[in-house]
Amino acid sequence: MSLWTAVLVAAAIAFGLKLAGHHVPAHLLDAPRVRRITAALPIALLAALVATQAFTRSDGSFVLDARAAAVGVAVVALLLRAPFIVVVVLGAATAALLRALGWA
Amino acid sequence: MTATADPGARRDVVRQSLSVGVATGAYGISFGALAVAAGLDTWQAMALSLLMFTGGSQFAFVGIIANGLHAAPAAIAASSMLGIRNGLYALELTHLLGVRGTRRVAAAHLTIDESTAVAVAQDDERTSRLGFWLTGLTVFALWNLSTFAGALVGGRVGDPRTYGLDAAACAAFTALLWPRLRDRDAVAIAVVGAVVAVLLSPTVPPGIPVVAAAAASLLAWRTPRREQA
Repeated sequence: MSLWTAVLVAAAIAFGLKLAGHHVPAHLLDAPRVRRITAALPIALLAALVATQAFTRSDGSFVLDARAAAVGVAVVALLLRAPFIVVVVLGAATAALLRALGWA
Repeated sequence: MTATADPGARRDVVRQSLSVGVATGAYGISFGALAVAAGLDTWQAMALSLLMFTGGSQFAFVGIIANGLHAAPAAIAASSMLGIRNGLYALELTHLLGVRGTRRVAAAHLTIDESTAVAVAQDDERTSRLGFWLTGLTVFALWNLSTFAGALVGGRVGDPRTYGLDAAACAAFTALLWPRLRDRDAVAIAVVGAVVAVLLSPTVPPGIPVVAAAAASLLAWRTPRREQA
């Protein structure tokens, strides 16, 4: 598979999922169990993304470095009800600063 | 909502839509830079922002494909799993928006976290619709402009990690997850998902841990205690 193929296939699936949602009769998802699981899906996926992107090296091994510190700062900012953009900028600045100081 | 409150509600939703758009735009720079660092060219990064147009999936895709082309199936799987939530938003939005034909196709493309959040936060249908379209279009314009800028700059300034742009993505995912952690069940699902992904990471190909962690959502199958009472 070429990189272009991967990009276009992934984009087509993403759009197809959005479009499908606009065509599916809502009652198909009305069962409380189905609703709970569909609500839980993004929670599990986003948590897994944060964990793998923040706490693993490129070989998959566990590590605590500047990215973990950035997530920590992001959590504090979120507890203080900081807006999205402030959280993102603080995360980036934390990692950049720690790396510039050679601490992580 | 009364008729007299309408101009105020209109003003509020316009302000809300534009500020969400500006925030996302600023963050598109980090996507563009990371995409180029992951081995995509500027046009491939732009294709993702124009055609996939859903930030979480885009970051997941480039984060995994950075490991090489052999990770492409896992990258597609992870971005698609994350894209499922847009389909769920669409279920709610399609009634709210009341659109058909080509307008529905346009609405589908703009169905993302931000446009949904602004639309469902409004008190009446008219401001909801305005919020959806204005947020969707503002984010679309600024996200694509900033991806382009990020891809151009990213290729020149060297390693985006120096500027903490990889950590910006981690912080952004944390911020997307945060409002969903409303109760103990949600926190448990997040913790299980994170632990499963980290434990699997050393032994399975990149991207698979994130997809496997989706199984943690099956914990929600159990009936919550408050409903049993």
